[in-house]
Amino acid sequence: MYSRNLPYLLLLPATLFLCIFFLYPFVLVAWQAFVSDTGEFTSEYFMEMATHWKFNTALTNTFMLALAVVPFQIALALYMATLVNGMKRGRDLILYVWTIPLGISDLAAGIIWLAIFEQTGFLNSMLQGLGVIEQPVGFLGYQSKGTIFLAIVLAEIWRATAIVLVILVAGMGLIPKEYYEAAEVFGASRWKQFTRITLPMLKPSLQTAMILRVILAFEVFAVVVALGGTNLPILMGEIYTWQYDLRDSSVAAAYALVVLAISIAFTLLIMWGLRTPKGARV
Amino acid sequence: MAEIRINQVAKQFGDTHALHSIDLTIADQEFLVLLGASGCGKTTLLRIVAGLETASAGEVWIGDRRVDHLAPKDRGIAMVFQNYAVFPHLTVFENIAFGLRMAKLPQSEVEKRVNRTASLMHIENLLKRYSGQLSGGQRQRVAVARALATEPEVLLMDEPLSNLDALLRMEMRAELKTVLAESKTTTIYVTHDQVEAMSMADRIAVMNKGHIVQAASAVDVYRNPAAHFVGSFIGNPPMNFLDAKPLGDGWWDVAGTRVKGPVGGQYPALQLGIRPEDIVVHDAPSSAHPDSLSATVRVLEPLGSHLLASCKVDNQMLRVVLDSNASAKPGDQLHWSPVPDRIRWFDPATELALP
Ligand SMILES: Nc1ncnc2c1ncn2[C@@H]1O[C@H](COP(=O)(O)OP(=O)(O)OP(=O)(O)O)[C@@H](O)[C@H]1O
Ligand SMILES: [Mg+2]
Repeated sequence: MYSRNLPYLLLLPATLFLCIFFLYPFVLVAWQAFVSDTGEFTSEYFMEMATHWKFNTALTNTFMLALAVVPFQIALALYMATLVNGMKRGRDLILYVWTIPLGISDLAAGIIWLAIFEQTGFLNSMLQGLGVIEQPVGFLGYQSKGTIFLAIVLAEIWRATAIVLVILVAGMGLIPKEYYEAAEVFGASRWKQFTRITLPMLKPSLQTAMILRVILAFEVFAVVVALGGTNLPILMGEIYTWQYDLRDSSVAAAYALVVLAISIAFTLLIMWGLRTPKGARV
Repeated sequence: MAEIRINQVAKQFGDTHALHSIDLTIADQEFLVLLGASGCGKTTLLRIVAGLETASAGEVWIGDRRVDHLAPKDRGIAMVFQNYAVFPHLTVFENIAFGLRMAKLPQSEVEKRVNRTASLMHIENLLKRYSGQLSGGQRQRVAVARALATEPEVLLMDEPLSNLDALLRMEMRAELKTVLAESKTTTIYVTHDQVEAMSMADRIAVMNKGHIVQAASAVDVYRNPAAHFVGSFIGNPPMNFLDAKPLGDGWWDVAGTRVKGPVGGQYPALQLGIRPEDIVVHDAPSSAHPDSLSATVRVLEPLGSHLLASCKVDNQMLRVVLDSNASAKPGDQLHWSPVPDRIRWFDPATELALP
């Protein structure tokens, strides 16, 4: 009873679902961003967004955060995955422990780190207890943007490295041992085995992990709000502000499209950068 | 100088004894073939020499260095893996060049060596392809080329030609042998294929169940098998074995006929071993051959160059090589006698040949 159309038929429900709950809202958002109240096409909302004094700061901050977090996370996850894969026993236990932060929502993660860094937080009491400082320090005050940034980076790394780790551990486990043996016989050091065998053969997993992380990094929101309030403007924060505080959903929609465009651009970039040459089966 | 010495090497995987106390010395520039049935421990031994597996006991020496504790890359070896292990993410060129790149050879030298070994293995037109675009036999030749390109002192090859067609295999066999002799490489070569073993080896080490049963030249292994196993494993068809009972004074009763054999009463029984081609067939029992044996022909297999007759002697199997236009038919009685100086005697208790 197999028909060539069967796969499409089976995909239909999912496709419909996507159309109704993704494509349709997307069209609505685009409509809001590009069409004025009078029903004409307009770039007025984009102009308003781009000329607002917070736009450039938000854009820069978002990029800086992604740049500070993602490469470090990938490197760290690669290192941790290598360690985990080299372990003979206790491998699963370590993996479970390292992935605990995955079970915590980003807002909760932000609040945990807030509890560490705020004026009455753990860090201050500890430093005071040790006699390093006399007065509690306002790490997250509006004039200390640097520390806010650092705290966010720390929280993000703590929170979201595990997802990369899980993907990379799974990917590394799929690389047959025989390739490492061959590399070893032909003179490859540990490091060379990593760069010549692991990295190239891990490309598909790296691709997945990076796309996932980069997209999430550009959508960073709750952690930033928890730790920085409005002191560190970011794109998602601006969407929220325009939508709920300034009650201008058209500009919020324009922002949303910017985030979408950035995500798509980076996805394509990563897919191109980590593509496998035709014929090379990895 | 790269003599390989394997001293009392044993290997256990949990409860399985893959190798029992192996002693083997491979002379500098020697071409040694490890021959044995599937699962007898050939790959395990090779991997221990390569350093990919640690022996449970014993020592491995290459040249005048003990290498047990050395990493594979410090042992001066190259290896052709049984499962090829050709890197799927590299082109054939880069695969062959892998060892050379690791040794940081200049690009011109890399190109020279890759092109030379590739043309030797007849894969020079595949250099730009990836392993996924190759046939099994082509991939295997890439693995061989990759090992040859590094020009190692010691080359370990695990069934490197098993996937090639008969003609190509014969050609590769000859070329490999020539190249390795020229490059003065010490080689351990694993194979199932006894013809390959006989044709290439300076010396054949026959393995059985984790033991080396015999290590000798091809002719020696064939003519003077050190054990029942060697006689039955080597030679196609294998050696015939017939039970013999002592009659005293060095005479033995084989299927009702007297055969002259070893003197000495310490053996309650022996086995007579004779190769199928070392049997003389007589037209009829005659006074000229008073001690001939008889056999009943069961199956005849015309093999072109000769006719192979499977017979029954006293309920034991006997294979005889006949002339290709012999007129035997199934059911015929065959009168035969073994060529006296080709008879070998085996002790059924130890399964070893008598000295
Ligand atoms: N990693 C391992 N763990 C457990 N047992 C093993 C392992 N490797 C090999 N063995 C066992 O050791 C024995 C020898 O294996 P080995 O691979 O050396 O055989 P082989 O002679 O190369 O066979 P083949 O000709 O089929 O390649 C086999 O019984 C095999 O099951
Ligand atoms: Mg094997």
